[in-house]
Amino acid sequence: MEALRGVDLVIGPAEIVALVGDNGAGKSTLVKVLSGVLSPDRGEIWFSGQRLGHQSPLAARGLGIETVYQDLALAEDLSPHANLFLGREMLRPGVLGRLGFLDNTEMRKRAKDTFETLGVDMPTINAAVANLSGGQRQAVAVSRAMTWASKVVFMDEPTAALGVIQTRTVLDLIRRVRDAGISVVLISHNLPEVLQTADRIEVLRLGRRVASFAAADVGIDELTRAMTGALTEAHA
Amino acid sequence: MKEQPVSDSAADRLLLRFVTGSSTWILLILIGLVLAFSLLRFDQFASVPNFRNIAVDASVLLVLGVGATYVIITAGIDLSVGSVLVFAGVVSAKLMEAIGGDGWGTIALGLAASLAAGLAWGFLNGVLVAKARIPPLIVTLGTLGMALGFALVITDGVDARGVPAKLAEVGTGNAFDEIPYLVIIAALVAVAGGIVLAATRFGRHTYAIGSNQEAARRAGVNVDRHLIRVYSLASTLAGFAGFLSLARFSTTTIDGHGADNLQAIAAVVIGGTSLFGGIGTIVGTAVGVFIPAVLQNGLVIVGLQPFWQPIAIGTVLIIAVYLDQWRRSKYRT
Ligand SMILES: Nc1ncnc2c1ncn2[C@@H]1O[C@H](COP(=O)(O)OP(=O)(O)OP(=O)(O)O)[C@@H](O)[C@H]1O
Ligand SMILES: [Mg+2]
Repeated sequence: MEALRGVDLVIGPAEIVALVGDNGAGKSTLVKVLSGVLSPDRGEIWFSGQRLGHQSPLAARGLGIETVYQDLALAEDLSPHANLFLGREMLRPGVLGRLGFLDNTEMRKRAKDTFETLGVDMPTINAAVANLSGGQRQAVAVSRAMTWASKVVFMDEPTAALGVIQTRTVLDLIRRVRDAGISVVLISHNLPEVLQTADRIEVLRLGRRVASFAAADVGIDELTRAMTGALTEAHA
Repeated sequence: MKEQPVSDSAADRLLLRFVTGSSTWILLILIGLVLAFSLLRFDQFASVPNFRNIAVDASVLLVLGVGATYVIITAGIDLSVGSVLVFAGVVSAKLMEAIGGDGWGTIALGLAASLAAGLAWGFLNGVLVAKARIPPLIVTLGTLGMALGFALVITDGVDARGVPAKLAEVGTGNAFDEIPYLVIIAALVAVAGGIVLAATRFGRHTYAIGSNQEAARRAGVNVDRHLIRVYSLASTLAGFAGFLSLARFSTTTIDGHGADNLQAIAAVVIGGTSLFGGIGTIVGTAVGVFIPAVLQNGLVIVGLQPFWQPIAIGTVLIIAVYLDQWRRSKYRT
């Protein structure tokens, strides 16, 4: 089965690109390919003028690429701070650190700071993520990506479980991240949200990229027509 | 810790862990059992020699339980530990027999051989689980048969007895004439295993893999390598347990370990470690090891048939897993 066939996506520096499309259009699959989780059968990925070879999440991370996955990819039994630092744990200074002892106090403190700066309301930093609400969990995943990204952040429906205020916080954050020079790829089914946040909008349908708009030049109707196929048929 | 904490201070965290932690109720059961048997037959049960007996009986199982805790927290299982114990004991005994003598050098080589034999099986288990993606139940069922088979081939089915007298002295002796060396050694293994699990990156990754293997992989944890290490650890500890068992009995006891795997798994699960992975502690496992040991001993002392022990353990095991599922359904969406 082919989930993607003929997608050509360019992400400029410090730009917010929105990916929209119906359920099953291939948005999540595209993000997984670009963040190294899935290997594509064909196609090329270029990053800062270099063609990337075999991709892995670790390699993508090394390039400064972070991802908020649609399924969040959190270790549910671990605390928010353990998740924030998963795979890059801070160790104690000195001999203990060399033996692999974790510096939980420092990680907890930094996680607290991060949640505070991002305006995330975390009831406690020690509960297992399994006990958090859906929105709080999403906030943990978003915070993790924001903490570590230096070049690109992929966000697969980062606001799907968030309340009105938290959604606004995350969208503001996305703009702030962009202003700090990091590119953001935002996937969302909420078209007003997309129009209001993105610089450019790419439309995926049945695994193909069918349209591309500057956010300033397009409205909801036109986007909807592109997503459902009415637009391409009209043009054909 | 699954429940909703209300505060972040260290003392509160400890209190909370105690009140809501999965191993708390099982610790209460253990204390209850000890109290009950003490009340019924104080002189016989609550005596130093008797506690010493219980602890020695539990010590080899505790060493196996520490390894099993790691494996089960990764959402895996290791059925091969009893056979690996026997295999490592056989290799070690044969080697010490061949070298001969009663020196510490011989004993050290025997120890190294048992650890290496354990490590080899664990590495095989780990590679088959992590790289070949064969379910751990099947992999370790296979190596269970293989390790025991090789042990029988090596010995022709006759227990090896080439155990140096000095080693037997350690296996049956007491430090300061009071505390059995075996108990001290097992306790050290448990403390070290508990600290590594709770406080190091190795432990953190163990929990993460059991919670959500794909998430750990995406977060850059080298999942395959970690699984290989965890299975290697469990089998190396089984090899060490084989050496301890040699020290205790001065023979390989080939036929005596068919149920070790299930006893270790039962102890781990009774101690609050989740078969679904991601949750568990070594403290819990230690308690889980002592409940069967106390029951076995206490039932005999109060004059009940010891046949009630497996019935009681089976019941506790089922309740433990039921509670674990209940906790998970309550606190997970
Ligand atoms: N590795 C894969 N190989 C081939 N097909 C896949 C693969 N993974 C997913 N698919 C299929 O690709 C299609 C697109 O799925 P994807 O999750 O990318 O959609 P989406 O655009 O993110 O949808 P949604 O809005 O529902 O999240 C689905 O039909 C899915 O079954
Ligand atoms: Mg999707």
